[in-house]
Amino acid sequence: MKTRYFDHVATNPLLPAALDAMMPYLKEEFGNPLSVYDLGLRAKNAIEDARDMVASLINAKSAEIIFTASGAEANNMAIKGVATAKQGEGKHIIISKVEHHSVLNTARSLEKAGFAVTYLPVDKYGFFDLDALKKSISKETILISLIHASSEIGTIEPIKEAVAIAKERNITIHTDAVASTGNIPIDVKDLGVDMLSMSAHQFYGPKGAGALYLRQGQRLVPLIYGGIQENGRRAGTENVPAIVGMGKAAEVAKAELQQRNAHTGRLRDRIINALKDVEKVHLTGHPTQRLLHHASFVVEYIEGEGMLLMLQAKGIYAASGSACTSKALKASPTLTAINVSPTMAHGSIVFSLGIDNADEDIELLLEEFPQIIKRLRDISPFRKGWGEEEGGSKHV
Amino acid sequence: MSLKFVENVKADVTSDIVYMMCPMHLLKLDEQIRELDREQVLEILTDYDGALEDIPQWCDKTGNEFLGIDEAEDFYKIYVKKKASL
Repeated sequence: MKTRYFDHVATNPLLPAALDAMMPYLKEEFGNPLSVYDLGLRAKNAIEDARDMVASLINAKSAEIIFTASGAEANNMAIKGVATAKQGEGKHIIISKVEHHSVLNTARSLEKAGFAVTYLPVDKYGFFDLDALKKSISKETILISLIHASSEIGTIEPIKEAVAIAKERNITIHTDAVASTGNIPIDVKDLGVDMLSMSAHQFYGPKGAGALYLRQGQRLVPLIYGGIQENGRRAGTENVPAIVGMGKAAEVAKAELQQRNAHTGRLRDRIINALKDVEKVHLTGHPTQRLLHHASFVVEYIEGEGMLLMLQAKGIYAASGSACTSKALKASPTLTAINVSPTMAHGSIVFSLGIDNADEDIELLLEEFPQIIKRLRDISPFRKGWGEEEGGSKHV
Repeated sequence: MSLKFVENVKADVTSDIVYMMCPMHLLKLDEQIRELDREQVLEILTDYDGALEDIPQWCDKTGNEFLGIDEAEDFYKIYVKKKASL
């Protein structure tokens, strides 16, 4: 059976050009970039070329890119690194209620270590409450970390506005742009953030490679000590093949961004427009200010897992909530933050699109999915409550 | 070796390596000194205690002039003047 993959925020297939670029470094070009002979120098040069390409994708200087093993590591490095560096100035951190777990749990760990954390509320679309941001800042505030775009609800956040507030008060600001980097245009100089996290496999690069943009002049305590790799900021022998693959994927993403966005944006709108007419199916996140490859919904009276299994039986792969929350069978903090009731949150479903999706894939999805909803509702114990509203708000 | 303290030294270039560990102070020192013109002054900001010993020794070995250390609140400012002739 042909499979249709609509879970591009979970991960992406590796771009063939990225694999080709990586192959020599998995085989004969195995040198350690710190070695002084030519084999090592070639590995070092390959990393520096990749750094230039990643920097170019977000309009940063090459020296401002630190390679990591993942977006989660970049988020940990940014938050712990700056919190530790600046703890002499204050011990208050602000994050939002719609952060990824790698930001949320890092902030929680700092809370245990004696920092105070404010969890910024959002509106029904997931947009930060910027007034609450202003009000929550105190003399003790040293760091603000806010997501750029949510992989769960697709909403693209007003980061520039948050940066303006942070900069007025001289507070370091980080953004988790793992879901957005390589998928929508990002210019760090225009955004004005001090730090930005990204992950290669979110833009068709390999897993095991991520990066932190660290604005020149911003101090940070390293997460991993050891050798002089990454300018002393992240020790450990570099994952040369993955970094090379990330560089190639960044170069291609930059060149093809417009074309990719036009394609996925059109497919996304087909899904949103068709499913908004299905009874008691609600779009989550903002209808237009959202990632172009992202369509997310809550479906009343049924559970995400059931939908996923029945879709899979038709060769369709999608996601319910974030990968972490669907495994833990726990209502997602993001959906709770946008005021989706816990019962409705279990009916969450996310279709995220990619360059490998075609119109015929969407046609199959739009034919099968409403039937799956109907079949599951026919056997759903929640159906009894039909007609008695449960407090969820319809956004479309 | 006795430490030499200085104040209000005017530097041509500053290298901020606060929170970075050994041997970043020596690598950055070497890299930055190479880029300076003769007799220009490099300021290194570091919180690594080992630098207090290593940098004067490095200057002895390489013939560059160790001007001294200025203590800031939670890091050191270390000044090195590039040698006049190679």
